[in-house]
Amino acid sequence: MNRLTSRVSLCTERAMSDPDTDHIDVRYVANLARIDLTDAEIERLTGELDQILSFVHQLDMLDLAGVEPLSHPHPISNVFREDVPGDCLDREDVLENAPATVQQLIRVPQMMGES
Amino acid sequence: MPLQATIGLETHVQLNTRTKIWCSCPVNADAPPNTAVCPVCLGYPGSLPVLNREAVRKTVITGLLLGCEIPKFSKHDRKSYFYPDMPKDYQITQYDQPLCLGGGLEIEVGGRKKYVRINRIHLEEDVGKSTHLASASGIDYNRAGTPLMEIVTEPDLANEDEAFAYLTALKRILQYGDVSHCNLEQGNIRCDINVSVAEAGAKKLGVKAEIKNMNTFRGVHRALAYEIKRQLKAVGQGETLVQETRRWDDDRGVTQSMRGKEDAHDYRYFPDPDLAGIVLTVEQIEAWRSGLPELPDRRRARFVESLGLPEGDAEVLVADKDVADYFEQVAAASGGNAKAAANWVMSEVMRVLSESGENVTSLKVRPGDIGALIRLVDAGTLNSTKAKEVFAILLEEGGDPHEIVKTRGLAQVSDQGAIKAFVRQVVDENPKVVEDYLGGKPAALQFLMGQVMRLSRGKANPPMVLELLKEMLAES
Amino acid sequence: MSDLYAKSLRELRALMDAGDCSSRDIVQSLHERIEAVDGAVGAYLERDLQNALKQAAAADERRAAGEKGAMLGIPVAIKDLLNVKGQSCRCGSKLLEGYVSPYDATCIAKLRAAGAVMYGRVNMDEFAMGASTENSALGLTRNPWDLQRVPGGSSGGSAAAVAADAAIVSLGSDTGGSVRQPASFCGCVGLKPGYGRVSRYGLTAFASSLDQVGVLSKTVADAADTFGCIGGYDPRDSTSVRQALPDVSGAFSGELKGMKVGVAEEFFGVGVDPEVEAAVRKAIEHVAGLGAEIVPVSFPHLQYAVAAYYIIAPAEASTNLARFDGVRYGARVDADDPVEMMKRTREAGFGPEVKRRILLGTYVLSSGYYDAYYVKALKARALIKRDFDQVFSACDVLLGPVSPTPAYRIGEEINDPLTMYKGDICTIPANLAGGSGMSVPCGFSSEGLPIGLQILAPAFSEDRLFRVGHAYEQSTDWHLRKPQLSASRRKTGDN
Repeated sequence: MNRLTSRVSLCTERAMSDPDTDHIDVRYVANLARIDLTDAEIERLTGELDQILSFVHQLDMLDLAGVEPLSHPHPISNVFREDVPGDCLDREDVLENAPATVQQLIRVPQMMGES
Repeated sequence: MPLQATIGLETHVQLNTRTKIWCSCPVNADAPPNTAVCPVCLGYPGSLPVLNREAVRKTVITGLLLGCEIPKFSKHDRKSYFYPDMPKDYQITQYDQPLCLGGGLEIEVGGRKKYVRINRIHLEEDVGKSTHLASASGIDYNRAGTPLMEIVTEPDLANEDEAFAYLTALKRILQYGDVSHCNLEQGNIRCDINVSVAEAGAKKLGVKAEIKNMNTFRGVHRALAYEIKRQLKAVGQGETLVQETRRWDDDRGVTQSMRGKEDAHDYRYFPDPDLAGIVLTVEQIEAWRSGLPELPDRRRARFVESLGLPEGDAEVLVADKDVADYFEQVAAASGGNAKAAANWVMSEVMRVLSESGENVTSLKVRPGDIGALIRLVDAGTLNSTKAKEVFAILLEEGGDPHEIVKTRGLAQVSDQGAIKAFVRQVVDENPKVVEDYLGGKPAALQFLMGQVMRLSRGKANPPMVLELLKEMLAES
Repeated sequence: MSDLYAKSLRELRALMDAGDCSSRDIVQSLHERIEAVDGAVGAYLERDLQNALKQAAAADERRAAGEKGAMLGIPVAIKDLLNVKGQSCRCGSKLLEGYVSPYDATCIAKLRAAGAVMYGRVNMDEFAMGASTENSALGLTRNPWDLQRVPGGSSGGSAAAVAADAAIVSLGSDTGGSVRQPASFCGCVGLKPGYGRVSRYGLTAFASSLDQVGVLSKTVADAADTFGCIGGYDPRDSTSVRQALPDVSGAFSGELKGMKVGVAEEFFGVGVDPEVEAAVRKAIEHVAGLGAEIVPVSFPHLQYAVAAYYIIAPAEASTNLARFDGVRYGARVDADDPVEMMKRTREAGFGPEVKRRILLGTYVLSSGYYDAYYVKALKARALIKRDFDQVFSACDVLLGPVSPTPAYRIGEEINDPLTMYKGDICTIPANLAGGSGMSVPCGFSSEGLPIGLQILAPAFSEDRLFRVGHAYEQSTDWHLRKPQLSASRRKTGDN
């Protein structure tokens, strides 16, 4: 996996990190993860996460040359569904679960542009 | 060096599968809001995706039609970004190992042919549809999980006309492959444009602008015409452009920067652990290849060679796949008279289509009916005038041509005795015209012939009328 | 019969088959037991007695009509992250407040079809992240053996309920030891089947490539029966395996002759408490005494398991938990624009451990760090799988401790995440490799806290776990000991 083919234009090389200089920018990461942390949380988490990251750097001691990454415990391939329609949910249940609705739609604050 | 535009297109095509890509909810653009949804396409806790085999087949078919390489292994990845219309807040797409690589298609602009290279085709999921209301937005998730194929070109297009020609040619192939309904009004085909300008021959491309979410080909043409002019002017004046996303305002006919409304993107792609990889064997790909539909060029040649149609007819008939399919069915039902089938389709059917704006598949007149009419005419049961009458009835009401001919008494009269009686009556009632004819005015024969047809209310067999008329005139 | 609640699944089935009790009797008995002890233990989040009695009555009718079945009429407690149609499914979080599941998880559907009675939702660490159930936003669960101690986690409610005789069997989930470790802490049996055995459809995902639905029970045979019901291929889960469930008919003979039992010293070299080590080594000797051959094996990459796990699991979790955004279900904190709404909802809705792991996972997948962390962890995972492959080429099962320590005090470790993470070292490898594992009671510490023996086997050889586990259990009496719980009759959330 992650073997980048040159013709795949979307791929950009991901730089390797340097364990000694790694320092997690919690504010940036929290924004990516869409969590509105308080300043106190950011401070606490920065310490904790730096500690955890320096712990996981023990993996650097492993000789991983020639080892294929294992993203899944068992090799599985070609699991397909046939193109046959099945049951849908009742709209009442769907709308009942939503925190807010409007005109049979799920209501959210005004969105800017398309995703 | 003169400045030159470089354009690449990313075209999103909704596949015309019956169900969504990860769940068995129907793909139905007409369903009332939030009724074609289930735990999977709503991203409910605990739900899991299972890949629709037909979506894979249709993507590979497209790849084969575009001459792509189909890699042995392909997989799906998660692309993280939060948006209310995206139920899981990550999109399942294909990052570095898509279903199809390479390929391309030929376009023709102003008599010049050009090959546009395809970079890749990957299979992903569509998002829900948001409606902007006065003080909020509302989301309908029916569309979420519709299989979406993204076809990415190399930056091979030079201007708006080429982009338009590419999209038109692509649409024709998608239609021929029966992989998408290709209904632009319903958003079946949507396009992101990447465009930049640089000195012709420069090694490095200029600073690109991305124009997102175009849903008409005409819009792409207009947006590109505007944007290229804007960039040429800016660069010509020595301005430095910034890489940005722009929005096309169709009403005002301008592109506008969306700067400031976007975050830095870090999509955090990684292989989706809920899904298995796709391993396509040579046998599987060949089986799909053998089921490939015929492309327009191939079909035109076949119409000429095996059906004996003139080049011009074949060209007209293959332009639209549905029309060409319709024609083939007419020809098959016509008892071997392909030329008559072509004439019917090109004259009557296409006239009706252009008048009504209907699609040929929704006509009440079925191809078999026209085939039957052709056989009736060829058998002498119906004359061509009456055949057109039957066609008009079929067009309005549908029905069985034989039944219509029978119940409305439109069958041609080929009974010698009956026709002879009409002929005698006409000859007797028009002594002056008969004299003219015998006196050397052949046009008089047409008049007498018309009178006989009128007496038979159009049903007499015209060649027989002519023969009997001549016979009787020779005797007088 | 007043002590139905204290019986095992198999005992209750025999009683029902003999007509000596009904499913309704069992539910009623359990209800009274829960009323009596759960005020102190706090295992249950929600119960619907009337609904359970209705299910029980239906099961009684089926039995009266001649139907037999391992699970018919047996009440099962459900970990709060499994979807049961019409029930809440809060996953121990505030964020899913108000969500009513519109569908049954596949394992629940199988239990339903078999006539089991879904009775009660039990507590857990929020989104299964934790090892003490202290991360639940919905309440504290205590260890029935010592109410000042944690029950373990994340399936702490499932284990505490079984140990307190407040459940016959319960379902849990095991991503890094979340079934086996609380079973060990609470002195019950905890089964983690091989990855792909039990459908994950309807199991709220923590880490998709590691999660597996498991069983907590009073005996090994009960775990096997429940597993036989919920296991098997499911077309709704792409990672579900097509292999048939193992034949367990020969697993309960008590016979261990010819079995090779591996012991890897590495599992004792990870800071294991001396009392735990002593109990586990004694258990291994006991197993040898039953006729099994002990084979020394090695597991050279054990020490890297925690680091690999705490990259892979948070990476997957950071995306699995993205959907909890306040849009379609659950709680919402409103704002003027959707991004702000999501951020505030997630800030208010997630607890500290969940935030920690989401951030960690987001970070290791982010641009520039993917190869250094995520890919490296996947390679380490490959080495750990290789270790297992080598181990199981030399033996049938691997024995060792479940947790380095017995249950710790409430609040003792919660503020030291890294120490807590390191406690998962013995259980994590099975998840990384997709293998099967089980915890069986094997003794008590000097403070009277249960200690578990871990039995590990290849992915689809759960029958070996049952064979060794049952033989050991039936020749010892650890599983028969019960915690002393005084009835406090504090009202719990019955509704």
